[in-house]
Amino acid sequence: MSLKSNLHNLKEKYKGTKMAPAFNAIHTFLYLPNEVTHNGTHIKAADDLKRTMNIVIMALIPCLLFGMFNAGYQHYAAIDAAKGITTDFSILGSFITWDNFWIGIIKVLPLVIVSYGVGLLVEFIFAVIKGHEVEEGYLVTGMLVPLIVPIDTPLWMLSVAVVFGVVIGKEVFGGTGMNILNPALTIRAFLFFAYPTWMSGDKVWVYDAVNRVGTPDAISGETILGSYAQNQEIVYSNWDIFFGFIPGSVGETSTFLILLGAAFLIFTKIGSWRIILSTFIGAAVMGIIFNQIVALDIITDSSKFYGLMNTNWWQHLMIGGLAFGAVFMATDPVTGSQTNKGKWIYGFLIGFISIMIRVFNPAYPEGVFLAILLMNVFAPTIDHYVVQGNVKKRLKRLKAKTA
Amino acid sequence: MGLLSKKDAKLITDPLTDNNPITIQVLGICSALAITAELKASIVMSVSVLFVLGLGNVVISLMRNIIPSKIRIIVQLIVVATLVIIVDLVLKAFAYELSKTLSVFVGLIITNCIIMGRFEAFALGNGPWKSFLDGVGNSLGYAVILIIVGFFRELLGSGTLLGIQVLGDPIEKTGLYAFGYENNGFMLLSPMALIVVGLIIWVQRSRNQALIEEN
Repeated sequence: MSLKSNLHNLKEKYKGTKMAPAFNAIHTFLYLPNEVTHNGTHIKAADDLKRTMNIVIMALIPCLLFGMFNAGYQHYAAIDAAKGITTDFSILGSFITWDNFWIGIIKVLPLVIVSYGVGLLVEFIFAVIKGHEVEEGYLVTGMLVPLIVPIDTPLWMLSVAVVFGVVIGKEVFGGTGMNILNPALTIRAFLFFAYPTWMSGDKVWVYDAVNRVGTPDAISGETILGSYAQNQEIVYSNWDIFFGFIPGSVGETSTFLILLGAAFLIFTKIGSWRIILSTFIGAAVMGIIFNQIVALDIITDSSKFYGLMNTNWWQHLMIGGLAFGAVFMATDPVTGSQTNKGKWIYGFLIGFISIMIRVFNPAYPEGVFLAILLMNVFAPTIDHYVVQGNVKKRLKRLKAKTA
Repeated sequence: MGLLSKKDAKLITDPLTDNNPITIQVLGICSALAITAELKASIVMSVSVLFVLGLGNVVISLMRNIIPSKIRIIVQLIVVATLVIIVDLVLKAFAYELSKTLSVFVGLIITNCIIMGRFEAFALGNGPWKSFLDGVGNSLGYAVILIIVGFFRELLGSGTLLGIQVLGDPIEKTGLYAFGYENNGFMLLSPMALIVVGLIIWVQRSRNQALIEEN
């Protein structure tokens, strides 16, 4: 007897018991169930929930790997900077090295493991309590979460946040597919409001910077948004920013790889190009408005908003979490708008509000996660009006025809 | 139960559990969200509401046959306002710091839906003794939730209980803080109070399925 048929026998044996959903989840992850639908016509398509999720995870893998190297690179770069050494940058010489990757392994992998471990545990517990099958909804969330937190986030904090995000963000609404808010962003928002000192400042973005505070080996790494918010010049070139050799949350620094992921998602028709494009347009429009305000001398460099307002609109698209949010968060099919017209409005407002919050938020110069969460709440309303508008239009047409 | 008949006792115990003003009737939410960041404030607020509602119910019940029904709301408001001003002045005189923390919310007891709700629903139709018990019962039900919420918010948000550091010193890094624990700043914000109240409602309804509304 093969392993597969053994598993099927076990499944029959444990049918109806409390642990059955947990067992089935792992079982169907590996094998096709022995019992499949046999009557009538059914739509056959390869993109079931698990495959959809897996494609998003594949799109995220480059960001994760890059984040692991970047973790080490930022660490050593900050140490060199503290010693006053200027290092020549070369991809193979100073970026893709075992030293850098090792820091990624000891710092980034635990974030991934904790995120998945805790999140899936909560899902299993809820599946067992409610007696339904384990839902796959956490697969993507579990990968997104480690990519959008600072590298030095303590693991217990992440666990607390994941439990909160999965329970309050998702399970209370009825589980996967029923949630109003994006669970990964709920987790991020929880961390931000609960432990603000670990989510902002110039210490948390570089590995080991927090531990070294007050010692002679102190290092720091300010994000680009942080520098602009304090009206400082940045030391990174535009190409550094585009390719992502900058401090930031683990996996969101490389706009280039995020765009690759976006292309992959659009090609496989998993992500909506309307949302991605309109988010960038919205952000660009807000950025241009702010640039104009500065150009007209309404805001001068004595203002504390000057630094971010004066940032070129196209630079706004590359820094911070905007690109990551637009591609991987806003396109969440559950929490985003469903109608095509609604997607344009939804995405545009996300970009627009993101840049607005980014500029005006005094304590924390980033607003993408807040903007997406806000628009998550409004997405059903947008859809409602789009649908109503369509109904009205057609009624009018009918009237014109029959009259 | 020598002192209270079974029916009277129910007036007190019902609001504590299956007819709780906050978790079941969903009244008085505003103050439950606003002042529960500290346990002490929750307790003082509970006592104030106990005083106002207990006494107010008796007064309204005594006057119930002479109040013209057209102006009953105004009469009720005057009674509440009088009692609230007494509470406010007492707090200002004897616990000034605390009255500053509670700030406008003592004054806003007037608008606490529980109070007008009980006047309308109970005191106008029942005798003084029963009204008194109903007032006490409902304000205790209110107090229970306030104290539970206040307990968790102060413990997790500031690491203290009634101002005493129970988890160690966050600055000196003693107790739990030595292991890297940190206070949860989110707990001090009002949205978290809403979530805690929501969790209480969740627990209560899953323990007693009869409370779940059909829709």
